[in-house]
Amino acid sequence: MEILLQQIINGLVLGSMYALIALGYTMVYGVINLINFAHGEVLMVGALTSWSIIVTMQESMPGLPGWLLLLLATLIACVVAAALNFSIEKIAYRPLRNSPRLAPLITAIGMSLLLQTLAMIVFKPNYKPFPTLLPVKPFEVGGAVITTTQIMILALTAISLGVLTYLVNYTRLGRAMRATAENPKVAALMGVKPDMVISATFIIGAVLATIAGVMYASNYGTVQHTMGFLPGLKAFTAAVFGGIGNLAGAVVGGILLGLIEAIGSGYIGVLTGGVLGSHYADIFAFIVLIAVLTLRPSGLLGERVADRA
Amino acid sequence: MEKHKKTLLIVVAAVALLVLPLGLQWMGNFWVRIADIALLYVLLALGLNIVVGYAGLLDLGFVAFFAIGAYMYALMASPHLSNTFAWFAQTFPEGLHTSIWLVVPLGALIAGIFGAILGAPTLKLRGDYLAIVTLGFGEIIRVFLNNLDHPVNLTNGPKGLGQIDSITLLKFDAFGIPGLNLGRFLDIGDFRVSSVTLYYYLFLALVVLSVVICHRLELSRIGRAWMAIREDEIAAKAMGINTRNMKLLAFAMGATFGGVSGAMFAAFQGFVSPESFSLMESIMIVAMVVLGGIGYLPGVILGAVLLSALPEVLRWVSGVLDLQAATGGRLDPAILRQLLIALAMIVVMLMRPRGLWPAPEHGKSLQQVKR
Repeated sequence: MEILLQQIINGLVLGSMYALIALGYTMVYGVINLINFAHGEVLMVGALTSWSIIVTMQESMPGLPGWLLLLLATLIACVVAAALNFSIEKIAYRPLRNSPRLAPLITAIGMSLLLQTLAMIVFKPNYKPFPTLLPVKPFEVGGAVITTTQIMILALTAISLGVLTYLVNYTRLGRAMRATAENPKVAALMGVKPDMVISATFIIGAVLATIAGVMYASNYGTVQHTMGFLPGLKAFTAAVFGGIGNLAGAVVGGILLGLIEAIGSGYIGVLTGGVLGSHYADIFAFIVLIAVLTLRPSGLLGERVADRA
Repeated sequence: MEKHKKTLLIVVAAVALLVLPLGLQWMGNFWVRIADIALLYVLLALGLNIVVGYAGLLDLGFVAFFAIGAYMYALMASPHLSNTFAWFAQTFPEGLHTSIWLVVPLGALIAGIFGAILGAPTLKLRGDYLAIVTLGFGEIIRVFLNNLDHPVNLTNGPKGLGQIDSITLLKFDAFGIPGLNLGRFLDIGDFRVSSVTLYYYLFLALVVLSVVICHRLELSRIGRAWMAIREDEIAAKAMGINTRNMKLLAFAMGATFGGVSGAMFAAFQGFVSPESFSLMESIMIVAMVVLGGIGYLPGVILGAVLLSALPEVLRWVSGVLDLQAATGGRLDPAILRQLLIALAMIVVMLMRPRGLWPAPEHGKSLQQVKR
């Protein structure tokens, strides 16, 4: 029973991280119908930036408390990542907005590869230890263990979803976003500036990705230039799973995916009598995804779109 | 007059392609190797072009078929099965050592079946949903290849399969003709044709055959049906096209090319491991098709050659200039190669969103974003 509880906690934490990243994916997709393959790399840049800030600040100002250091580094990394994502959209996606559908997809893949390579050149390809800044003493819940970092991840995802839902549903910017997603030309006639809305979407996406990246790094304790790829892929899967373009769907998809992965990898060995091991964990996500999409081609919470070719 | 010109062009191109490896061989086998790999990628890109270019189904897991073909040949032409399974060793004490006349059709058939199987659950999906599901299939296949060394050792896991036979052509045991082993050099008089050059001719033959098949397909009823589906699926259905069967056929036909080139890859390398079939490879093949000119054969070939051969050439250039020492070890040839591929993807798309060599006439789905 304790194992199950522990796996549920692990799954929730993992799922919340996927959810945070998936929110960024789904917002961008919702507004301009583009799979932003570089999103995972923005996460990576955010995490690496915060890492280098933390390392330098620990040297120059050794007296600073850990949580403040983490907060400051995250804030600066958010600004860097937001500037980066803003420029990516402007350079690589905006000129292609009226081109064949696959063209921006290829520039997005190119961007992802470019960022990874540049990060490798700037930060060297080795794994770097991410300092532990929050108290390490874990809490016990009914025999299972949960760390401060994990609690923070859960809290941050809940807060982010709340803030985003408010933003999208009740603010001027949110209304402009929804209008642009519906039809950019008509939105422009109504006084919305689609370019500004799209830039804002990319900036918000970058902030979410950075928060997720820093949390990911402090949870696993390492950073590296390829760290964004797999979470990015999983988060995208989560976004599609929940119904891409739908905020609540991204969170539901992310958390379900995390739970399926954690519980699946914890129990597959027992269920199959040791024939299949936990290294099959990565494919659960995809098997569930395929099953769900076969039954509901637009995802769990997605609207039924008749034609989205 | 026009027709004469065309014939002349084809003859010149054919001669150039036939002489090319001999010239490259003179410069070193490294260069012929690059040409060989480029031809394999052309084969892959032609296959994916059927799925993405003709039928408009974005497939991000195409490398799975490449992997299936490669492992099929690796199992049939390496001592792995005999070494692992006693019953197999009893039946075939010498191992299978499959002939190429079996490898090519079988590789095509198995990959084609997998193509249809993987295509079936995705029939209802469109656009980006399809992309992510196919991507998932690619990963599932890779994870299985990586882990099927336990409980039954079928793929030897991450260690991969080695000692794969090279291909032998024109072998007739009954007449005592030993055949032409492409894994060894061939002496014609004083001139020595290296193994990589022999493979070049085999791959070239396959590519030419594939181009003919693709060209005929494009003009056929099937090809027109695919393009109708690409342009507007609902209209195609309304006009009586069986979209389900046509999509399955596109997946299966595309996959056959992947399977054949996978088998060729295994024979050429003599070694396969799951590392060669990562998601990045799938993405590269998509990039080749789109970068060159989606749905248009000359464009697809150009894209495949450029993206597969150019980085290797640049790797050589950066080695000659010794960039590694000049930049303090930060910029080695592998990194430079990756950097240039990334930049090429971005710059080419920004300058020519329809590809480097786009088709002269376009369907509407290739021209504009549909909202």
